[in-house]
Amino acid sequence: MAKSAFLKSSIAKKYWMALTGLFLCLFLTGHLLGNLQLLSTSKDAALHFNQYALFMTTNPAVKILSYLTYISIIFHAIDGIVLTVQNRKARPVRYVMNKPGKNTIWASRNMAVLGTIILVFIVTHMVSFWARMHFDKAMPLQTISINAGGMPQEFYVTTDGGYIPKMQVDQGQIKIENRTEFYDAGANVKIKEGYKDLYKITVAFFKQPQYGLLYTILYVISMVVLGFHLYHGFGSAFQSLGANNPKYNGLIKTFGYAFAIIVPLLFAVIPVYIHFFIK
Amino acid sequence: MGSNKNININLKIWRQKDAKSKGQIETYKLDNVSTASSFLEMLDQLNEQLINERKEPVAFDHDCREGICGMCSLYINGQAHGPASKVTTCQLHMRSFKDGDTIYVEPWRSKAFPVIKDLIVDRSAFDRIQQAGGFVSVNTSGRTIDANATPVPKHDADRSFEAAACIGCGACVASCKNGSAMLFVGAKVSQYALLPQGKVEATQRVLNMVRQMDEEGFGNCTNTGACEVECPKGISLENIARMNREYLFASVK
Repeated sequence: MAKSAFLKSSIAKKYWMALTGLFLCLFLTGHLLGNLQLLSTSKDAALHFNQYALFMTTNPAVKILSYLTYISIIFHAIDGIVLTVQNRKARPVRYVMNKPGKNTIWASRNMAVLGTIILVFIVTHMVSFWARMHFDKAMPLQTISINAGGMPQEFYVTTDGGYIPKMQVDQGQIKIENRTEFYDAGANVKIKEGYKDLYKITVAFFKQPQYGLLYTILYVISMVVLGFHLYHGFGSAFQSLGANNPKYNGLIKTFGYAFAIIVPLLFAVIPVYIHFFIK
Repeated sequence: MGSNKNININLKIWRQKDAKSKGQIETYKLDNVSTASSFLEMLDQLNEQLINERKEPVAFDHDCREGICGMCSLYINGQAHGPASKVTTCQLHMRSFKDGDTIYVEPWRSKAFPVIKDLIVDRSAFDRIQQAGGFVSVNTSGRTIDANATPVPKHDADRSFEAAACIGCGACVASCKNGSAMLFVGAKVSQYALLPQGKVEATQRVLNMVRQMDEEGFGNCTNTGACEVECPKGISLENIARMNREYLFASVK
């Protein structure tokens, strides 16, 4: 009985690439749907987004999904590096005259370059938002301005739907512990919990006077790169898993191309909207 | 044929004394090439010229010269078997080129296909993959069962026949940016997997052939699709997908 080199054979590498890639496509879809809330013009847009962010960082099911996403990104990247190194070795002497444009599309030939750019984007993106959400001690909390007897007053919004006057925190009657917990300073007991204001730092990031425009442009470029990566990757994943049937190929191809255009485009709209249209 | 004419061309050909030597591109001028001649006939003409000049002729592979043996190869002007679609080099004609053209002629480039001399590469890696499982074991004691006694659905028979059209020339490996042999192996796996006679050994076949393919030093397929476009026999990528399926099922069995 022949033994299968299931983890390291050339075909197994395809399966890993395809499975992690398709899972990351699901992640992109979910992430996009969440991010699209940033386009909301409702006056509660910030609160809704921050409630969503709290759910996404605390719900146990989401946690499992997020760990799967990290693992997929790492596996996808390592698999890609292994493929690139091995494939370069498979042709030690290159052609003097080569016309790869005659038989392949540009995206298919440059998945490693496109993937590397996306990986750099993911790292910087996580430093800008994910790391702040998880570790930044100076992460602001969601506040709201309420008109109290003609005088606008700032309140912290709490997870139970209540409010805490910012003044009380400023004056020291209530203190903030563990980044989000409101404590009665006298009794030293936790009374309420606030929302991390991810909405505020996201908007501020793309509206920075000095670099806001640059970050917006870099984000849009990254999405164009992602689009090319998906343009090859989506359909390719199905082929790798053995799903190639003349009956469905047209559908897979069309859906893949649509996915590769629509998803990055909608992602790119968000920072452009924030930079140019949010006051 | 009234449209025949003669053209003058410049050739840039890879010359390499033997497997161990370092090769380089040499330039040759060849005049009065009939556009009706095949690419290999043009090389014959060049070799006659070189012999007359008491120079070493260019070594290249060829056999049937009618597009079915898979012996000819050549990476011509940046494409396997040259610019024409679905033809082998022997079926490529000089009418595909213009007067004054410069034509690059290189051997297949792959770690698994080392150059033996000039434009000839060693393609025995394909033979070893075939020997690893590209067959059906039949008792030939004299009581063999007539192949037609086993009914085969027409659709499967057609797909199998299309896969069997692979002549093993290696253009897929040569044009793949990864130097992958998956179109060849996919075709050979499919050709048998689709038939009832081939199903008996299907599991071992795909595992053994893929293992041999990996051992030979071919690259990994990334689905660029170059192989399908350059294949002189139009072998479909469907065969690679079928191999991927077969391999998956064989691996979990």
